[in-house]
Amino acid sequence: MSTATAQIPLVDYLVLGDNPHLVANECTSCGARYFDRRNGCAKCFAEDFKKVEIATEGEVTAFTIVAFAAPGVDVPFVAAVVNCDGTPVSANLINVEPDDEHVKLGMKVKLATKAMGTDSAGTEAVSFGFEPA
Amino acid sequence: MASDDIFILGINMTKFGKHPDLDSVDLGAMAVKAALADGGVTMADMGILAAGNLLGNPGFGQQLQKQVGQTGIPVYNVSNACATGATALRTAIMAIKAGECDMGLAVGVEKLSGAGLLGGGGRKKSDDDTWTPDGRVGAVASVDGRIGTMNMPGVFAQVGMEYAHKYGGADAELFARISVKNHGHSTLNPLAAYTKEMSLEQVMGDMMIAYPNTRPMCSANCDGGAAAVVVSGEKLATLSDEQQRRAVKVRASVLTSDPWQEGCQVLPDVNTLTRQAANQAYETAGVGPEDLDLVELHDCFATAELVHYDNLMLCDEGGAVDFFESGKPFRDGERPVNVSGGLQSKGHPISATGIANVWEICHHVRGEAGDRQIEGAKVGLAHVIGLGSACGVHILEGQAA
Ligand SMILES: [Zn+2]
Repeated sequence: MSTATAQIPLVDYLVLGDNPHLVANECTSCGARYFDRRNGCAKCFAEDFKKVEIATEGEVTAFTIVAFAAPGVDVPFVAAVVNCDGTPVSANLINVEPDDEHVKLGMKVKLATKAMGTDSAGTEAVSFGFEPA
Repeated sequence: MASDDIFILGINMTKFGKHPDLDSVDLGAMAVKAALADGGVTMADMGILAAGNLLGNPGFGQQLQKQVGQTGIPVYNVSNACATGATALRTAIMAIKAGECDMGLAVGVEKLSGAGLLGGGGRKKSDDDTWTPDGRVGAVASVDGRIGTMNMPGVFAQVGMEYAHKYGGADAELFARISVKNHGHSTLNPLAAYTKEMSLEQVMGDMMIAYPNTRPMCSANCDGGAAAVVVSGEKLATLSDEQQRRAVKVRASVLTSDPWQEGCQVLPDVNTLTRQAANQAYETAGVGPEDLDLVELHDCFATAELVHYDNLMLCDEGGAVDFFESGKPFRDGERPVNVSGGLQSKGHPISATGIANVWEICHHVRGEAGDRQIEGAKVGLAHVIGLGSACGVHILEGQAA
C-alpha cells in the first residue's frame, strides 16, 4: 500500500501508483505515439493528442551495454529499445547482469520502477526500467 | 560536358590527426589554399563560400576569409551535425545551379583531439535541491543513462543491434571484423589519423565503449580540414585541358533529413533517410550501386557500416552480413568500401568529414590515389550522416580517359 513518502516520477510519462506504467501522447488523427510534450504530430501535422497507456511488457529489439559515458552517469548500464505491444520505448534494462550472456536480443521484459533518492522536502524520485519477465 | 553540369575543380584534405599548434582557421586556410591550387584558381574566382565548423566560434567562414582573401562574396556558415561538410559542398553546388556564380568554395574544419565522448550528458543539476520537473518530458534529473543513452557510441550500437535482431547473422565478432577491414585499409592512407593494422583479437580486446563497439570500432576524434572548389560546366569549358581532364563530375548531390518512421523519436532512424538519399542519387546520376567502383560511407561506428551496406543498396535488403562475408567491401573486392580507412582509422573531424570523403573518391577517379588506388576507378559514392538527422550523398565521376 501507499507509503508516507511523497513520490515524483523521473519523467512525466511515468505514472506511479499501484500499477506503474508509461503513457504516451497519441495523435488522434494518425495514431502516432510520442513521449514528449508536443507542438504537433511529426507524421501528419495534426495537433490533437490523447493520453494512452503503454503495455508494461515487451520484447528487446535493440540494446547496447554502455561502458563509457559522460561524467555523472553510472556505468555499465544496458540501454535498450523495448517493443511494448507495438510501441517502441527507450529504457534501461535493470535487475539483470550487464553482459551479453544475460542480455539478449528478443528477450521478454517487463516494466519495473527504481527509487532514485529523496530530496530535502522528503520527496522520493522514482525512475523506471525493464527487467527480465 | 554539358554546360549545366557541375564539377569538382580542386579539392584537398589536410592530414587528419593531432595538430596542437594549428587552430581551426589555420586548418581551414591550409585546405582552402591547397584546394584552390589543385584547381588552378584563386579566391578572386570564387563567387560563394560555404563553411562549416561546429565546435569553434560562430562566423567561421568570415574568420577564414580574413586569412585567405576578403573578396566580399556571400558566406554561408552551415551546420548540420556530421553532415556539415556535405552540406557546405551542396550549398556551393546549389549556388552554381541557381546561376548565382560559376565557381564556389566549400570548406569544413574541426578541432576534436581530446574532445572525448560526444552526445549524451545532460542538463546541469540545478542549485535547488528538490526534484523539479523540467523540459519536454518533465524530467526531474538527467535522463541520459537512466532512460537509455544518447551518447553516440550507444545510439549507433543499438542501430547495428536492431539490424542484427531484424535480419540475424550479425554478432559482436562480425562488427569487429568490419573494423579490422577498415584499419587494414588505413595502412595505405598517409593522411589517416591512425594507420595501424589491427587483428580481430586486438579490436575485440580493446576497451569497451558501448557493446559491441570497442574503442577502435568508434570514429577517432581528431583535427582536420577539407575544402573543395566547384565549377559550372560552362565555366570549365573555358579552362585549360589539364583542368578539364582532372575535373570530377558531380553526377548527383543529395541532402535528406529523417522522415517520420515508427519509433524514430525513441531510437534515431538512420536508415530511411540514407535509403532515400541513395535512391535519389542513383536516379539523378543514372547509375546503380553495381556501377560504383568504390564507396566511402559513414562508418562513425563499426555497427553503422553494416546497416549502410543495406541502406545504400550495395546488397539486397537484409543481406548486409552476406555482403560483408562475400569479401565485396574489401579493397580487393567487387565493391570496395572505405578504402581510406573510414572514420574508425582515418578519423572524424566532424565538419571536414563530408568533404574529405568526396576527396577520397576524387583521388581515385582521377587516378591519383597512389598505393591505395582502386585500379580503373571511374565512379564512386560518398555518404555521410549526421545524427538528428541529415544525410548527404554525392556520386562522382572522373573525366580522365
Ligand atoms: Zn498524426
